[in-house]
Amino acid sequence: MNTVPPPEASPQSQDIVVLRDVYKSFGDNAVLKGVSFSVKRGEVTVLIGKSGSGKSTALRCIDRLEKVNQGHIEVCGHVLTDPGLKLRQLRLDVGIVFQSYNLFPHLTIGENIMLAPRSVKHLSKAEAADLAKKSLAQVGLSEKFDAYPEQLSGGQQQRAAIARSLAMQPKVVLFDEVTSALDPQLTGEVLRVIERLAEDGMTMVMVTHEMNFARKIADQVVFMHQGKVWEIGSASVLDKPQTQELRDFLAHEL
Amino acid sequence: MPTFGFTHLQFLLQGALWTIALSACALLGGGLMGLIIALCRVSRFSVVSGIAWAYIQVVQGVPLLVIMFVGYFGLPALGVPVSPLMAAALSMTVWVGAYFGEFWRGAIQAVPRSQWEAAECLALTSTQRMFKVIIPQAIRSATPGTVGFMVQIVKNTSLASAVSFIDLTRAGQLINNSTFQPFLTFTVVAIIYFMLCYPLSVLSRRLEKRMARGMRGV
Repeated sequence: MNTVPPPEASPQSQDIVVLRDVYKSFGDNAVLKGVSFSVKRGEVTVLIGKSGSGKSTALRCIDRLEKVNQGHIEVCGHVLTDPGLKLRQLRLDVGIVFQSYNLFPHLTIGENIMLAPRSVKHLSKAEAADLAKKSLAQVGLSEKFDAYPEQLSGGQQQRAAIARSLAMQPKVVLFDEVTSALDPQLTGEVLRVIERLAEDGMTMVMVTHEMNFARKIADQVVFMHQGKVWEIGSASVLDKPQTQELRDFLAHEL
Repeated sequence: MPTFGFTHLQFLLQGALWTIALSACALLGGGLMGLIIALCRVSRFSVVSGIAWAYIQVVQGVPLLVIMFVGYFGLPALGVPVSPLMAAALSMTVWVGAYFGEFWRGAIQAVPRSQWEAAECLALTSTQRMFKVIIPQAIRSATPGTVGFMVQIVKNTSLASAVSFIDLTRAGQLINNSTFQPFLTFTVVAIIYFMLCYPLSVLSRRLEKRMARGMRGV
């Protein structure tokens, strides 16, 4: 059996995300069948696998966009399976960037970024604007503060979405196939932003199909297959796959 | 016998003002009612959304004229005195509220799920999410249809003439009773209604076109 057994020891303090033996099904369709992995503070974990392997579902479970059926998930000290979970506290600690950007179309880029800091953290308009400008500078979009999302290219929209997430100063950021809707050139500009975040020590979990990028940036690679963690290890598993499934997957991706 | 003249036209225009006033009441009252009903319809509490659903079904299944009769004749019978204007405005509020409620529920639910998720993941409360993210987008998509429905509101205020409210239609009836020139009188009434409604139709169509342009970039 190639699946990894659930870790026996209690999570170490540097583990910021822990999934232990997580099961999730949608109706009769079992999507996650005992998934376990953990993410250390300051590291980049890349989830790979065929579509339908459960990688996006696993990622969405970390932000509790999906409720698990069974198992244990702990994120930044919040136990997601605890009925007393403070959901909004969790969302303050976790940022997420989606494949379809999901910027708010009725707000300018600046307003998009300022909305949560103002509404949730009660920053003044000036403080929030300051924060928004810093976040936009981080993704190289300083001049787009007053633009509306529809006036931006896909790549720019995605970078703005990243800035919106960063402005909440999350402890971990999740990326759900954030370049899948972009052409190669725009993909490059988004990946460069993510790479810079990694260099700054941001803890990240990302689902991606960009194998070269994964190779370059990942501290940990999790290969999922049929709802299970099939292989897990450093980026070197991409060069020395242990299982036929990962070899097949990598052959198709390239 | 008096023939249709300037004083009659003046009387009609006065009636038209009351038609406009009643339409405004219906728009304000019905707008508020519609917002409440729409919010109840998308509530996660099934009792609340069930009550709103029943309200919409009942009101949409009853003629506006009958609602007006309930208001005008029914309420005084229960010991609640109402003037024709109050009865008409109240009935229009109930009626418009059901249509706006159902219409705006659709607009709220048409905002993509991903927008709800994005707002949720930014730790916004459910109230903030609704009022700062979802409703502004729903308003954009619902505005042309809402303005279009205002034409229905203006036209349907004419039913208030049946509960002694002297609106444009009732004014026309009164003039006809003394002049016996129904064709002329009601043609003038029709022209005034048209002049009230046509600008709303044009506005609605323009908003729709503008929206279609705006959506192309998304």
